[in-house]
Amino acid sequence: MRNLMTLALAACVIGLAAARAAEDNQAFAKIERGRYLAVLGDCTSCHTAPGGKPFAGGAALETPFGALFGPNITPDVATGIGAWTESDLWRAMHEGIGRDGIRLYPAMPYPAYTKVTREDVSAIWAYLRTLEPVRNEVQPNQLRFPFNVRRPTTSTWDLINFKPGVFQPDPAKSDLWNRGAYLVEGLGHCGTCHTPKNITGGDRGGEALRGALLQDWYAPDLTADPRMGIESWSTEDIVRYLKTGANSFDIASGPMAEAVENSTSHMTDADLLAIATYLKDRAPRSANTAIALAHDATRMVAGKAIYEDHCAACHISSGAGVPNLFPRLAQAPLVQSTDPTSLIRVVLIGSRAVATSAAPTAPAMPSFGWNLSDTEIADVLTYVRNTWGNAASAVQPADVTTLRGRVSR
Amino acid sequence: MMRKLPATDVVIVGLGWTGSILAHELTGAGLNVVAIERGPWRDTATDFPPAYAQDELRYRIRHDLFLRPEQLTMTFRNNASQTALPIRSWGSFMPPNGVGGGGVHWNAETWRFLPSDFELRTHLVGRYGEKFLPEDMTIQDWGITYDDLEPHYDKFEYLCGTSGKAGNIKGRIQAGGNPFEGARSREYPTPPQKQPYGPTLFAQAAQEMGYKPFPQPSGNLSQAYTNPLGVTIGPCTYCGFCEWFGCGNYSKASPQTTILPALIRRPNFEARTQCEVSKINLDRSGKRATGVTYVDTSGNEWEQPADLVLLCAFQLFNVHLLLHSGVGKPYDPRTGEGVIGRNYSYQVTSSVGAFFDDKIFNPFIASGSIGMCIDEFNGDNFDHGPHGFVGGGYMGAVQTNGRPIQTGRTPRATPRWGAEWKKAVAKSYLSSYETVTHGSCYSYRDVYLDLDPTYTDRFGRKLMRLTFDFHDNELKMSTYLTDRLAEVTQKMGPRQLEKHPRRGPYDVTVYQTTHTCGGAIMGVEPKTSALNRYLQSWEVPNLFVMGATAFPQNPGYNPTDTVGALAYWAADAIVNRYLKSPGSLVQI
Repeated sequence: MRNLMTLALAACVIGLAAARAAEDNQAFAKIERGRYLAVLGDCTSCHTAPGGKPFAGGAALETPFGALFGPNITPDVATGIGAWTESDLWRAMHEGIGRDGIRLYPAMPYPAYTKVTREDVSAIWAYLRTLEPVRNEVQPNQLRFPFNVRRPTTSTWDLINFKPGVFQPDPAKSDLWNRGAYLVEGLGHCGTCHTPKNITGGDRGGEALRGALLQDWYAPDLTADPRMGIESWSTEDIVRYLKTGANSFDIASGPMAEAVENSTSHMTDADLLAIATYLKDRAPRSANTAIALAHDATRMVAGKAIYEDHCAACHISSGAGVPNLFPRLAQAPLVQSTDPTSLIRVVLIGSRAVATSAAPTAPAMPSFGWNLSDTEIADVLTYVRNTWGNAASAVQPADVTTLRGRVSR
Repeated sequence: MMRKLPATDVVIVGLGWTGSILAHELTGAGLNVVAIERGPWRDTATDFPPAYAQDELRYRIRHDLFLRPEQLTMTFRNNASQTALPIRSWGSFMPPNGVGGGGVHWNAETWRFLPSDFELRTHLVGRYGEKFLPEDMTIQDWGITYDDLEPHYDKFEYLCGTSGKAGNIKGRIQAGGNPFEGARSREYPTPPQKQPYGPTLFAQAAQEMGYKPFPQPSGNLSQAYTNPLGVTIGPCTYCGFCEWFGCGNYSKASPQTTILPALIRRPNFEARTQCEVSKINLDRSGKRATGVTYVDTSGNEWEQPADLVLLCAFQLFNVHLLLHSGVGKPYDPRTGEGVIGRNYSYQVTSSVGAFFDDKIFNPFIASGSIGMCIDEFNGDNFDHGPHGFVGGGYMGAVQTNGRPIQTGRTPRATPRWGAEWKKAVAKSYLSSYETVTHGSCYSYRDVYLDLDPTYTDRFGRKLMRLTFDFHDNELKMSTYLTDRLAEVTQKMGPRQLEKHPRRGPYDVTVYQTTHTCGGAIMGVEPKTSALNRYLQSWEVPNLFVMGATAFPQNPGYNPTDTVGALAYWAADAIVNRYLKSPGSLVQI
């Protein structure tokens, strides 16, 4: 791996020299590297609409403050970024400031992208310039008042939540670890979903990757927490999950399915190993003291009956699931998360797993919202969260009622 | 007004098992493939999730997954002296509809045919002489051998993950498997399913009588399996909602659970659902298909030109399209000439009901293809000389379901309704058992398919007419097999036993099986077959016809394994022979 890094560094040096000599943004190697970096950054998820032309503007990103749309970043002069310069892109990525000098909304994950090196942004720029210019007017800002008034809102936000600065490697750690850190904290912007947020939507200090709620999905804890995190996953398990969307524990669905499909499944094995190495080194939150509810508690008894009728056919009565097909529920991080939103959601409206070339099955969880009441869903999830070695808080029927109202709209 | 679409390399009519296999193989060879499917897109989680997949009223009684006769049906008569009438509600067989086709709602019994089945006429004439066969029996050799097909059987079974125990690996007989089967190149992909009490008892009885019982090969999997396409199938939960139903938990082999997830990722594949192909188009010479015409749900008519046309619809509808489009000469039973509609065949099933005092069978622990069977009386595995008939079938204790509406076995002489009937049903539900035979149906000169002179469909096309009745040979066979089955069943120790051999005339209103066969059969010469050994039309070489449509007669096994194997065999011929040199692959 050290050799690979040296090679990569050497390539950068050569790239820089060439850039200085000729500013050759049309060199194959640079464009190809930019394409791969755009995959690492999962640009397409926000900037390409379903079924739309690549990077010509995206679908709505629902935030607690209203909807934002990924702008058109093709080189179209009128509606895309055709009039931009490379420095404009650098400023947007590094400082979160658009070409018009106005601050971007942090839905564009510049708090993470700021860590990306100038060379990498330059390669992304070279790649974006090669795209087909698509005329497609996108109105990105569809937030509610007062959040739709951009300048004061975002500059205040930045004061609280944003510190620009390129990633600085930790010399005490391996090259592999540092590459992983660069990807996770930078282009991969994992924390955008997985790091708990403060009231303004900024990252909560010191809680990186400890799990967070976004768009009515709970993005689970990625630290080495033994119950809610991925302590039991080996680096190979993590690599397999990111590469194929499935491993013997779980299958990606929801927003993570999108991230796997558009981004992680296209990453090199070396980069996936780097990410896994870094993630395996994340300290969990302090002592973890949940105690399982008694198996004879009324709600546990009711939940067990519902589980056996509705769930055991796929997830197996032992909660073991079936690898690549039905996620394991026993000792599963997401199942034991503090916040059961994702669990409630998939029981209410179902969810389809990601399909990748390596694991194309794409099984789906069917909806049970039509034949299980809020209390029944709360009971069965309480059972699932407190059986087979699992321990977590009971799910309240009121939580199901609230989410049902939102996701069934 | 018909609108013409841009041409594609291949158009596939019907996206069931064979359409999916051909589409996967041909897109893999780099061709652009458009599949046109009459019914809807179907997917496990949205169309038959475990939350309601097990709904006997909806699927078994009200035929939710099947074609609606209002959309297309056929007329039926038992013989040429009768006037055929339209089938207005399906009975004896269930034409599938929608993506996945019959693969969605089959029981998943995954049998290979015997080597002698493929050379049937040669084999029987060689052993018993020409005169032993009924004069009007029109059985033929297939033009291929079991050995030709073996690698393709293997490929289909490894696609499905079939659960079973081999009886013959490369010529070596294996303990616990079917000793009569043709040699297979390797063991089944997954071990047999677990057997409930009934099949276990049957196997003991059969063993004691000197037979060699073995587990029925099953497409409902004994354990999770990831196939060579990377698609994962789950373990069967023995819920007993297989035939008539889509499998809710991904454990029955179907196009949905084995092949479509990989196929739909291919950029050179496209499926158009809810589009009904009304005609195969031919050029002026009549020797080349130019594509197909189809109609969408708005009634718009579209022409889809293609270099290669693959008929992959259900057996009956393949024949209907051929007849309607004027491909090949229609069969005429008076002269015995013509090939389209010739050699229709079916399946001859029977059963033995047994009522016990001291046994509980738990019939709801079931799968469409668990069971213990014996094959001593199939094909030509026994000497037919003394019996005066040909053909045979497997028999066994096959515990497919204990579904409440239809599982109401009562002993003879029980009233058909009222308190006595209720009492008898309650008493028998757990303690009665039914064993079955699954027998061959050979082909005859007066059994065929043609266009009806009177009735038309919603497009104004003549409906197809089915003329079919059981012949004495088949009824004798059924009586003989049912007697043998009753002997084994008797040894299981029932209080009372009732034989139900198949009796004529054929009743199209009572469900038997959906194994309708023939009508555009494969063979060695264009005079007596519509297709050559590669399932290629003799008449129109850029047209191939898949499925049981090609069976010259029907052996005593379920057809799907052979249908799948023939699809792979044809795909191999198209990719490795036809594409290199388009034209007829067999010169006469």
